[in-house]
Amino acid sequence: MTERIGTASRVILRGGEGAFVPVVTLTALILVVWYLACPPMNAVLPQLANVQGLGERYLVAWGLERPVLPAPHQVIVELYNSTLGTRLFRQTAEGMVLNPRNLLFHAWVTLSATLVGFAIGALLGIGLAIAIVHSRVLQKSLMPWIIASQTIPILAIAPIIIVALGSIGLTGLIPKSIISAYLSFFPITIGMVKGFSSADSMQLDLMRTYNASRSVTFTKLRWPAALPFLFASLKVSISISLVGAIVGELPTGAQAGLGARLLSGSYYGQTVQIWSALFMAAILAALLLALVSLAERLTLKAMGARR
Amino acid sequence: MPVRRILLLVVAGMASAIVALLLAHGGGGVPLWITTLVAWMLLWGANHHWSAVPDRMRTGFARAAGFGIPVLFGLTLVFLWEVICVGLRVPTVLLPPPSLIGARIAGSLPTLGADFVQTVIRAVIPGWIMGSLAGFLIALACDRFGFLRRGLMPIGNFISALPIIGIAPILVMWFGFDWPSKAAVVVVMTFFPMLVNTVAGLAAAGPLERDLMHSYGASWLRTLLALRLPAAMPFLFNALKINATLAMIGAIVAEFFGTPIVGMGFRISTEVGRMALDMVWATIAIAAVAGSSFYAILVLVERRVTFWHPSNRQK
Repeated sequence: MTERIGTASRVILRGGEGAFVPVVTLTALILVVWYLACPPMNAVLPQLANVQGLGERYLVAWGLERPVLPAPHQVIVELYNSTLGTRLFRQTAEGMVLNPRNLLFHAWVTLSATLVGFAIGALLGIGLAIAIVHSRVLQKSLMPWIIASQTIPILAIAPIIIVALGSIGLTGLIPKSIISAYLSFFPITIGMVKGFSSADSMQLDLMRTYNASRSVTFTKLRWPAALPFLFASLKVSISISLVGAIVGELPTGAQAGLGARLLSGSYYGQTVQIWSALFMAAILAALLLALVSLAERLTLKAMGARR
Repeated sequence: MPVRRILLLVVAGMASAIVALLLAHGGGGVPLWITTLVAWMLLWGANHHWSAVPDRMRTGFARAAGFGIPVLFGLTLVFLWEVICVGLRVPTVLLPPPSLIGARIAGSLPTLGADFVQTVIRAVIPGWIMGSLAGFLIALACDRFGFLRRGLMPIGNFISALPIIGIAPILVMWFGFDWPSKAAVVVVMTFFPMLVNTVAGLAAAGPLERDLMHSYGASWLRTLLALRLPAAMPFLFNALKINATLAMIGAIVAEFFGTPIVGMGFRISTEVGRMALDMVWATIAIAAVAGSSFYAILVLVERRVTFWHPSNRQK
């Protein structure tokens, strides 16, 4: 009897075996801590200096204009005001253009650089992996350098790429995409080298007995065998290419993009703007990740994988 | 005798590379490009033959291949970079030749040294230690309390996919312009990879060994120390290595958002503004060497600690 009560209470305490209850609980806990932290974090501000009552302190701290730490609802309100609450298009001499006061415009600028960079990175990564798998010289000489290329802080090169490409007339989308491609090719190359070599040796022998050429072996055996690895690496690399695009917007003091919003927010002490740009970046990351997962599920389903 | 052929190719390649370098700095022209092509082909041929030496050959030469081939490849790349930059007179704004970068490093050692101390010694290493330690401790708590694990792991996995670097401006605002804010960025960036990897690593011990510990009546702590932590070591080192690169990136990018007048990120962003690209490249070279050494030290320690792991055993 006591045993059973013990189990029951343990099940309740654990929130069943699923992740839903624990995740919701912890998220709520984080929010509560966040709200509670607002007055002490903002205590240095003059608006809070003469407020005495505890309840009053909270109310003031949650509604400050340029807080050190904004309350979550302030960020949400700012996020709403700067997206749905602002006109998306603006009338100019050249016709209707996206309104730079709208956060969605900045999100789009960053997203387009991310997507172009991701595409370049994915193609480059897969191409390098194909070359490495088929050439022993490349495997021995290039592979260590690909790994070494990641131990150096690549993002430090971002300003140089911007300036160097700017000097030959390339500005805007392309330099940012190159930075994000440089960041995102690596997980794909590593994953695909593993993936292309993951074909079963029995099946490779079978291809040999069929006298299949290298290209046929590649398309019929190595490529399908590598697909699960491909999607695992795509998931890693799409989030880094977003980081690359955002950081690529910093050194130029760019006028557009989420990185530019972060930078101008930090120049002018607009903390709520920084937080809302951060939230927007998180939303983008989640959307991109969901997109890759969807592509993965559809592809593996079409290949007949049981899930 | 492949060894002699490879050595011959290497020596001949190096010799023609030196001739090509002299020609490039002397003016260039057709002879330069012919020598360059010859040097490149000789060095490539050396690498080709060297890679073809079977791994089974237990000579010192075959064993040195894992180190020698990439070094030769890298030297070839630097040589081509130098020759192309000097020979074609590529504007230094676009890409300065390695010799110019080397001269700049030699010429401004005190500045670069101060930047190194500010960024690596004050921000990267303390932040890396604190972030990794915090991730590790929270992972232990997650392991002890299943509720925490099931709640925190999805959140942790999600946050690992976010552009965490974006919190840099906020932390600079909170902790000031000097190194504490950079260390704070590094702490946040390194926390989640360590958390996720440690939790995965603690699940890596085999069920048989766990049953054995259970039949010994070993406590949670004892099982952890004797079995599960050692089994988790490859995962821990994986996280430490990921964190080493993340820490360098985090500290440098955080300096883009405001610093005192010293630090690698500060140097990069100001010298870019002044178009002193050789100084920027010099800083990047220092950062690359620092990052790679950091990584290499971790790899060496890892080999010592996880000597039992299949990837480290002598074949």
